[in-house]
Amino acid sequence: MNSPVNVVQVNDVSKRFIVRKDNSIKERIVNFGRGARYREDFWALRNVDIEIAAGSTVGLIGPNGSGKSTLLKAIGGIIQPTTGSVQRRGRMAALLELGAGFHQDLTGRENVYLNASILGLSRKQTDMHFDDIVEFSGIEAFIDTQVKFYSSGMYVRLAFAVAVHVDPDLLLVDEVLAVGDEAFQRKCLDKIRSFQDEGRTIVLVTHSLNQVTDFCNRAIVLARGSVVFDGEPIDAVSVLRSGFEATYEADATGHGTFKQPAGERGKIARVRVLDGQGHEQRNFSTGDDLLVEVDVESATPLNKWAVGLHIDNPLGQLVTGATSKSLDAKFPTLDGAARVRFALPRANFGGGEYGVTVAMFGSDDQEIARATDAASFSIGQHARSWGPLFTDVSVGMTPID
Amino acid sequence: MAGTEMSSREREAALAAAPWQDAGATGSLFRGTATSISDIWRRRELLSMLTRRELKSRYKDSALGFLWSLARPLTQLLIYYVVVGQFLHAARGIDNFAVYIFSGLTIYTLFSEIIQTGTGSIIANSGLVKKVYLPREIFPLATIGSALFNFFIQFLILVVAALVIGTLSFGTHLLFAVGALGIVLIYGAALALILSAVNVFLRDVQYIVEVVLLLLMWGSPIVYSLKAVSGFFPNWLLQIYIDNPVTLAVLGFQDAFWSPTGEGGSPSDLPLRMLLIGLLGLVLLFGAQRLFTRLSGNFAQEL
Repeated sequence: MNSPVNVVQVNDVSKRFIVRKDNSIKERIVNFGRGARYREDFWALRNVDIEIAAGSTVGLIGPNGSGKSTLLKAIGGIIQPTTGSVQRRGRMAALLELGAGFHQDLTGRENVYLNASILGLSRKQTDMHFDDIVEFSGIEAFIDTQVKFYSSGMYVRLAFAVAVHVDPDLLLVDEVLAVGDEAFQRKCLDKIRSFQDEGRTIVLVTHSLNQVTDFCNRAIVLARGSVVFDGEPIDAVSVLRSGFEATYEADATGHGTFKQPAGERGKIARVRVLDGQGHEQRNFSTGDDLLVEVDVESATPLNKWAVGLHIDNPLGQLVTGATSKSLDAKFPTLDGAARVRFALPRANFGGGEYGVTVAMFGSDDQEIARATDAASFSIGQHARSWGPLFTDVSVGMTPID
Repeated sequence: MAGTEMSSREREAALAAAPWQDAGATGSLFRGTATSISDIWRRRELLSMLTRRELKSRYKDSALGFLWSLARPLTQLLIYYVVVGQFLHAARGIDNFAVYIFSGLTIYTLFSEIIQTGTGSIIANSGLVKKVYLPREIFPLATIGSALFNFFIQFLILVVAALVIGTLSFGTHLLFAVGALGIVLIYGAALALILSAVNVFLRDVQYIVEVVLLLLMWGSPIVYSLKAVSGFFPNWLLQIYIDNPVTLAVLGFQDAFWSPTGEGGSPSDLPLRMLLIGLLGLVLLFGAQRLFTRLSGNFAQEL
């Protein structure tokens, strides 16, 4: 394969924001000469160098205020960097806020044309896509109603429908994928997957780490305006998780120095559900013995570590959970790989599907790895009762005088 | 997406051939202006849509719709005609006083509407400015579009009135109207660009603008005649007064639709003055565009 074609080059970009506390002439004159006290500046981005290859899907993640949205806006040309430069090529569409160009008093139809035009489509092209857009949004019946009468879901559906029909080479997305009902969300995610198949480049800012591991083939972690990690999404997520703890600490102690991620990196290599004899199995009956086996690895020796287990029902509700710490289990230093087994004897699960989520913790109880729904099992249904908890329920009746 | 379907390899090849572009606007002097103009030209369809949006949304749910845009100028006409013209006797010595006022008022209203709505245009569209990259000049320019629409309705009334009353005659003096319109558009655009950009950083500007527009209205011979001024001002001050672009535009409209002979006392070298002020305006417009580009880089964070 020849060398990748880049669509975005971010060259040593820094961005300084100046927050002025005096915005009227009077205040400025009164405060003249003492300017420094009435303004605060901070660096939202510091010396960021990034190249993005065509066809890749890049997730920008980081805690609040880490500069990810600022970086996205700099790539989109919406803000100018203080130093450095951003170059890009091809057609770009930015989805920084759905329906940013919608006007409350215009009808859905008029807004489709206006918004498409804002995103760079000509009238003729919009005519061509109009039926597709309306069909995708699924609000045919209301297309000639003013958008101020729309529900927020309808509003977002229409806006997203317009945005995905613009045919961009580079799509910038900021936190807008969590929209609409489940059916529509699936439609959106399918559309994004087809964008990937068509070789479009997507840069995504999100707080949903599942989206990053599901969609992205590269993730960039930002903290306090600098890139702290750039690489595999799974690693990025674990870096970020350990970084969150450090951020909480910095916030709690009140001084602004950001503690770099502690550098502890764990990995959950495999999660299996076994029966009482240690054979891998998926279908169980109520009252069977269950074993959850977790293989963990660590690149650097971990002195204090722990493993946690959650078993959830399909609605995401916790059915039961425990950590090795809550069970008072102390493990020796982890250097390399180890196998941890949770035993659930005569487990009284009711009939249904269950998912197993496992997390790994380092010193100070920082989470350093997580495998969401890493394994699953199924308990056979009962004719007599239902629900996640099985009891041998019976019923009787006595008349009351 | 008919016609746009391409495989990922084709897309990659097309991108490899595409030139690099700087994100955002460039700062270099002449090239910057040229790219800005071509950017705006490429988005002209959007410009017309924003203009229409402005017009449609303004009178959307009212029964009489855009007829309301006539209510204000016609009321002004009535007030000035009755109060200033008759009660204060300004109409004495000015024939067809109603046409006189309305020709000045029509062109002045265009200028004032461009400046007033233009100044607030970036803030009014802050949702877009913060979220989407567009050549930001589009927002003040779109307000010029909607102001022009209102202007043309008033203009039609003016022409009909002048025709009925008999002050309209055909000849080269009608070119004064073209010159006047040109001056108002050039200065309107330049000031709307500057003021809309500065207003983002200093919100006081929109209130200053209201006051200054009031001054300009009375600082031009709209409801009184130029003769009244010439007897009062020393000559050097009079020349400054006349060379005010708004005054020149008002005089141009009056010469075109009220009295081609310069009865109101407009100077005989009016064409030359209009030309020079117009050229000066073009220089101002160029500078305004550069200043706008400079400031526009920080719009998104200030809003």
